[in-house]
Amino acid sequence: MTDYKTHEHDVLIIGAGGAGLRAAIEASAAGVSVGVVCKSLLGKAHTVMAEGGVAAALANVDDRDGWKVHFADTMRGGQYLNNWVMAELHAKEAPDRVRELEAWGALFDRTKDGRILQRNFGGHKYPRLAHVGDRTGLEMIRTLQDHGIHRGIEFYMEHTVTRLLKDGERVVGAFGYDRERGRFRVFRAGAVVLATGGIGRAYKITSNSWEYTGDGHSLAYHAGADLMDMEFVQFHPTGMVWPPSVRGILVTEGVRGEGGRLVNNRGERFMFNDIPDLYKNQTAKDAEEGWRYVTGDKSANRPPELLTRDHVARCIVREIKAGRGSPHGGVFLDIAWIKEKIPNAPEHIRKKLPSMYHQFKELAGVDITAEPMEVGPTTHYAMGGVRVDGVTQMSTVPGLFAAGEVAAGLHGANRLGGNSLSDLLVFGKRAGEHAAAWAKEHAAPAPVEGQVRDAAAAALAPFDRASGENPYTIQHDLQDMMQDKVGIVRTESDMASALDGLSALRRRSANTRVEGNREYNPGWHTALDLENLLTVSEAVARSALDRRESRGAHFREDHPSKSDEYARHNTVVSRASDGSMRLRREALAPIRDDLKVVIAENNA
Amino acid sequence: MPRATFRITRGSGESAAFKDYTTDVSEGMVVLDAVHQVQAESAPDLACRWNCKAGKCGSCSAEINGKPRLMCMTRLSDLDLSMRVIIEPLRAFPHVKDLVTDVSWNYRVKQRIRPFKPRKPDAPDGTWRMQQSDVDRVQEFRKCIECFLCQDVCHVLRDHHKHEEFAGPRHFVYAAALEMHPLDVEDRVGDLRGKDGIGYCNITKCCTKVCPEHITITDNAIIPLKERVVDEFYDPLTRLFRIFRPRKPEAGS
Ligand SMILES: Cc1cc2nc3c(=O)[nH]c(=O)nc-3n(C[C@H](O)[C@H](O)[C@H](O)COP(=O)(O)OP(=O)(O)OC[C@H]3O[C@@H](n4cnc5c(N)ncnc54)[C@H](O)[C@@H]3O)c2cc1C
Ligand code: SF4
Ligand code: SF4
Ligand code: FES
Repeated sequence: MTDYKTHEHDVLIIGAGGAGLRAAIEASAAGVSVGVVCKSLLGKAHTVMAEGGVAAALANVDDRDGWKVHFADTMRGGQYLNNWVMAELHAKEAPDRVRELEAWGALFDRTKDGRILQRNFGGHKYPRLAHVGDRTGLEMIRTLQDHGIHRGIEFYMEHTVTRLLKDGERVVGAFGYDRERGRFRVFRAGAVVLATGGIGRAYKITSNSWEYTGDGHSLAYHAGADLMDMEFVQFHPTGMVWPPSVRGILVTEGVRGEGGRLVNNRGERFMFNDIPDLYKNQTAKDAEEGWRYVTGDKSANRPPELLTRDHVARCIVREIKAGRGSPHGGVFLDIAWIKEKIPNAPEHIRKKLPSMYHQFKELAGVDITAEPMEVGPTTHYAMGGVRVDGVTQMSTVPGLFAAGEVAAGLHGANRLGGNSLSDLLVFGKRAGEHAAAWAKEHAAPAPVEGQVRDAAAAALAPFDRASGENPYTIQHDLQDMMQDKVGIVRTESDMASALDGLSALRRRSANTRVEGNREYNPGWHTALDLENLLTVSEAVARSALDRRESRGAHFREDHPSKSDEYARHNTVVSRASDGSMRLRREALAPIRDDLKVVIAENNA
Repeated sequence: MPRATFRITRGSGESAAFKDYTTDVSEGMVVLDAVHQVQAESAPDLACRWNCKAGKCGSCSAEINGKPRLMCMTRLSDLDLSMRVIIEPLRAFPHVKDLVTDVSWNYRVKQRIRPFKPRKPDAPDGTWRMQQSDVDRVQEFRKCIECFLCQDVCHVLRDHHKHEEFAGPRHFVYAAALEMHPLDVEDRVGDLRGKDGIGYCNITKCCTKVCPEHITITDNAIIPLKERVVDEFYDPLTRLFRIFRPRKPEAGS
């Protein structure tokens, strides 16, 4: 007999970031019993780290904005691989979701007439990001948390789910352990919502925390759900590269927005050397025009540093590979130079970029008002994830829902900044609502004892081995390999060798050994996370191998341009009955005529 | 490569004890990096909390050489590495294991503080109007990352263990954010004096000194709240006046 404790809820939500909390609030409002499980303490999920803002066409700053423009911007950014049902709902509902936060106590920065202020961001036609300085995520998660704790929701902090439990085709609960004591838990639920975030820890250099091991992706996959668009991993062009301790930590786009220029070790402003044809007539001819743009001259074009994230990231990689990088393997991002242009530059920089100033001062000992920063691309966001119904957020497995970064569809081949926080609110709410409705009609049967026994045995296996490998070593090797072979610039041969490498790592991970006991043991947790990392890494590599073109965040050196052949489908992977990963191309659903018109109007 | 020794609390309960670990020190390292390095090299079951590594989530709180600090924001170059660096768990909360403590008490205290209750919307579309100058003050309090370092350093909790009677500086910051919120109409002053025990605070300002978000906890949150308590409960005139005119407009008015 496996020793475990059982908890019962109508709706079980896995994850307590923006998506999970918003789903929990909605489900409990529908009058069902709700449990929320999260790996960390409440309020520490990744959402807390978001800086720039939440995108919603409130039209407070520019009244030309509206859902149609937001919809068209999102589709263009995603290179039209987006699930247009989601893109439409998102654009229409985001403003209400943001206003609702205010009714729950959030305090956004204000316009002069006392409404919510909005700022410009890459890919958004008008100022659209509601924000609180550069700590929007903190404001959002704290508002949801403080509202949620009064809704009768049960929170299981520092609990990790390792498996979903099924009854026939249906998901009816989850199996996991509590970190503190390592005791097993069984959660019975009529519906389960995945809100587990992303996969960044599959890479060595990332802006993501230890939690981002792709658990939700992997749980869904092993329960039989489809994963979609996994080839699209967003690499943010500017992460810190030095000191090693902060490698990967985000350097906001705002630095370039304020006039920051990217320079190689020869002092060359290399972004001017490669401007895609599509953007030629929208990009500044020279440094002078770029400066006029960032200082608000509406007749000037943007400097090449402000081209799309994927392009800037690739240019940086090229400089580094060609030996023109900075001492610690990045390039220089220089904002201090603006002292040539304005008298009180240091003061201006400290005022506009307070957290960047402190981040570099405190962690790197670099004064960004006097010297350049060193930056390089960092793994940032997974566009791919669980394939869901755009309206209900139900996956292809009955009773299993997904929302937030773990779900695919809204962002297509590339996400616009600010569209994640709004995604969490809009689709968190929808998932909560539909999961509650489903649970009301589908009570949870008792879990199958055999599944619980298997899950427990798998979780304890690393303790049972007399000898074996250190799980940290395997994790590091996997991160190195993914960074190297399935990173920003991809080729057929690299990815084929990555797949071989993953098989080898899988064999090693079946032979890990952990020391100590089950109480708060990070070595054990790392060993259990390996399965998830391996699954998502394989999904990324297989999907990227199959897309023989370059689009959005996915760049193939051997197929450097976009291809019509690949413009009409999403890549989907799922688990075949023999346990292997099966890939198929799923045709895009034909877009509604009125939405076609919206896109055409906005492209005119 | 230079090396340094870290004396880290290991184990739990009665058997908890210091253990020394020596590891390489590279340029720019923070204490959390050293702990992770020790974990990967020689103590895979060493327990500690962290998430963001950038001072944004408030997970990695510990006592470093006796001072409550965030491990991810403490650079080794700012410590004297010729001596052992001592890393211990927070003291104001029950110890779980190694560097991890049970901070769940904080979540229970927060839950009993009366939630946000807004006045009726200002505009027909259900929205409010607020000036930036009205929200500035509260935005300072809302920077709190719930690291609980202020709770750890406060003698009322740390030395006198008044957890049952005293909410602690973090929750005074939280209550202040609600009380001074331009839209809020709830009254928490009675609770602050009663079950939150704000009277125990004798304004030593130790909490303000350790706050990594540089929130002026004592001057901007606690003292104004204490003033409200005094106004409401000890000043007979104010009290009399209040019977006829509530301090804040009622919800919906
Ligand atoms: C530095 C940074 C800045 C950003 N800035 C912005 C921005 O300005 N605007 C924007 O729109 N987006 C931004 N993003 C992206 C955005 O923050 C994230 O995509 C978003 O917060 C993800 O939210 P989520 O609710 O899906 O997941 P998260 O907030 O990551 O929450 C995931 C939850 O799932 C739990 N969990 C995971 N696995 C398990 C398991 N096995 N068992 C139990 N629980 C589990 C975790 O504990 C956690 O509670 C930024 C990201 C970073 C890293
Ligand atoms: S000022 Fe008050 S709350 Fe802060 S540490 Fe001193 S006694 Fe505690
Ligand atoms: S007030 Fe400051 S010290 Fe206290 S919990 Fe918040 S951030 Fe930490
Ligand atoms: S890890 Fe987030 S504050 Fe240190």
